[in-house]
Amino acid sequence: MNQMSTEGYVTPDGRKIGGVMMEMRNITLRFGGVKAITDISFDIREGEIRAIIGPNGAGKSSMLNVISGFYVPQEGEVWFRGAQRPPMKPYQVAQQGIARTFQNIALFEGMSVLDNVMTGRLTHMKTGMLAQAIWKGKAEREEVENREVVEKIIDFLEIQAIRKTPVARLPYGLKKRVELARALAAEPSLLLLDEPMAGMNVEEKEDMSRFILDVNDEFGTTIALIEHDMGVVMDLSDRVVVMDYGKKIGDGTPSEVRNNQAVIDAYLGVAHD
Amino acid sequence: MPEQFFFAMEVILNGFMAGVLYALVALGFVLIYKASGIFNYAQGVMALFAAASLVGIMDGQVPFSHLINAIFGTSVHHFGWHVPAILAILLTMGIMVLLAWAVNRFVFKHLVNQEPIILFMATIGLAYFLEGASDLMWGAEIKKLDVGLPQGLNETIDNVTFNLFGYGFFIDNLDIVATFVAVALVVILTVYSQYSKQGRALRAVADDHQAALSVGISLNFIWVLVWSIAGFVALVAGIMWGAKSGVQFSLSLMALKALPVLMLGGFTSIPGAIVGGLIIGMGEKLFEFTLGGMMGGATENWFAYVLALVFLVFRPQGLFGEKIIERV
Repeated sequence: MNQMSTEGYVTPDGRKIGGVMMEMRNITLRFGGVKAITDISFDIREGEIRAIIGPNGAGKSSMLNVISGFYVPQEGEVWFRGAQRPPMKPYQVAQQGIARTFQNIALFEGMSVLDNVMTGRLTHMKTGMLAQAIWKGKAEREEVENREVVEKIIDFLEIQAIRKTPVARLPYGLKKRVELARALAAEPSLLLLDEPMAGMNVEEKEDMSRFILDVNDEFGTTIALIEHDMGVVMDLSDRVVVMDYGKKIGDGTPSEVRNNQAVIDAYLGVAHD
Repeated sequence: MPEQFFFAMEVILNGFMAGVLYALVALGFVLIYKASGIFNYAQGVMALFAAASLVGIMDGQVPFSHLINAIFGTSVHHFGWHVPAILAILLTMGIMVLLAWAVNRFVFKHLVNQEPIILFMATIGLAYFLEGASDLMWGAEIKKLDVGLPQGLNETIDNVTFNLFGYGFFIDNLDIVATFVAVALVVILTVYSQYSKQGRALRAVADDHQAALSVGISLNFIWVLVWSIAGFVALVAGIMWGAKSGVQFSLSLMALKALPVLMLGGFTSIPGAIVGGLIIGMGEKLFEFTLGGMMGGATENWFAYVLALVFLVFRPQGLFGEKIIERV
């Protein structure tokens, strides 16, 4: 880690990673008396794929919820683009260009795929309520522009065939993909994925991995993702944070993490004293 | 016999018009229920409050005049001006938006993630509070509401039908206006919720709160918006009912008639509220006309509820409601 300059680094496959985009400093999160996260610090750099891994109950999702504003930590600071972020509501975080997916899929079940993805554009729609009622032209033009972005993403994720299908009728794997599409529609600078491959079969996992890499490659989106499938994570990510029992036990490139004794212990289930 | 037939036709038509008014009230319920899962018992009182405010503003009444006079020993009642109907309606709408904001700021913001029954109880509290506020602000006496809507027998229809069938249909002008207003309201609301930014956000919130937050929607803003729209619908309903039968306490009771309408139409469907309203309106008039005599009359008081009960047994989600399926 020390050899990395503040200016970023170059990945083994030759991608240039930029400076720090988001930094968590000494984050502690409690639910009543239970500590979900204890004094964790790490950063996410421009253009990288950053993974947070750990066994069940390690506090990975809590961490993601802190980044996306769903949880407010009791201690610690969140820095985004060089400035400390005041406590924010999730919708304000979303408006800053941070999009996310959920572990248990949170889609608008009653709407079509297209409508779901369109909601991802809400932060980009500027026309006010009155203007929409009075001056239809401007609102229409905006709608057309947003539709173009959305159609591009639908093509990109290969879900053209189900554009008009109500989401409730889709199988699990496709729902996950629609959720990714909705997050991408916001053209986020930081994309948070909470277990994007949970509950998928091998083929679906491979598809999803490919999409994640393509998104990073094509749009330059910085991605932070949670997974507990070690194999997948090692293939995908540039750097990995390892959590166990709410604490950080490792941080580094996949190969560094793989050889970290604490990480091996956590995954192989060595008894904690 | 044709006389009887035409009479039945007229009864159905009048039932249709009454149904439109039921639908107007039910619409307010559906809007709030869809977006926030709150069954707003206060919807009827909101209509009363809106109508009372409208009359008060039009007549240039001093709000809280009784309270002011009691405290300061003064004797103010009127500003001494009259506000034109259009302006008064706009001002009343402003009051309803303020009310929407206050309801969210002081009540529902503190009840996020509570059980539906608790939210329901809160709306009962709200209903009584609003009823009191209405009396305190504008006085409790029965008021006449006249915003210049045409009223009374429509002579054209009477004449035309008399010449055609030899039987003149008695249709109230106000009912005709109400029908057009209701249709316009539904069209506007549908277009708004389908095609506008806020409409899309509204549907998103109705579907999944968490997901809505993650795409950058402020729940607070949406709830104030929804309550404002419900306030607007209440104002429209208040104007129609108020013009028909005066602004008085019983106005708030029509909310109870909206209940069977919702059971028929489904709590989550805007078209359901309309169709449900029409079925109940026409059904109760027709029932009274055909079988009312045999049952001792006044069947209009209970017919709607019995019909709703039958629906609850055979189709609990209503005609247009979302089917209740639980995955196990």
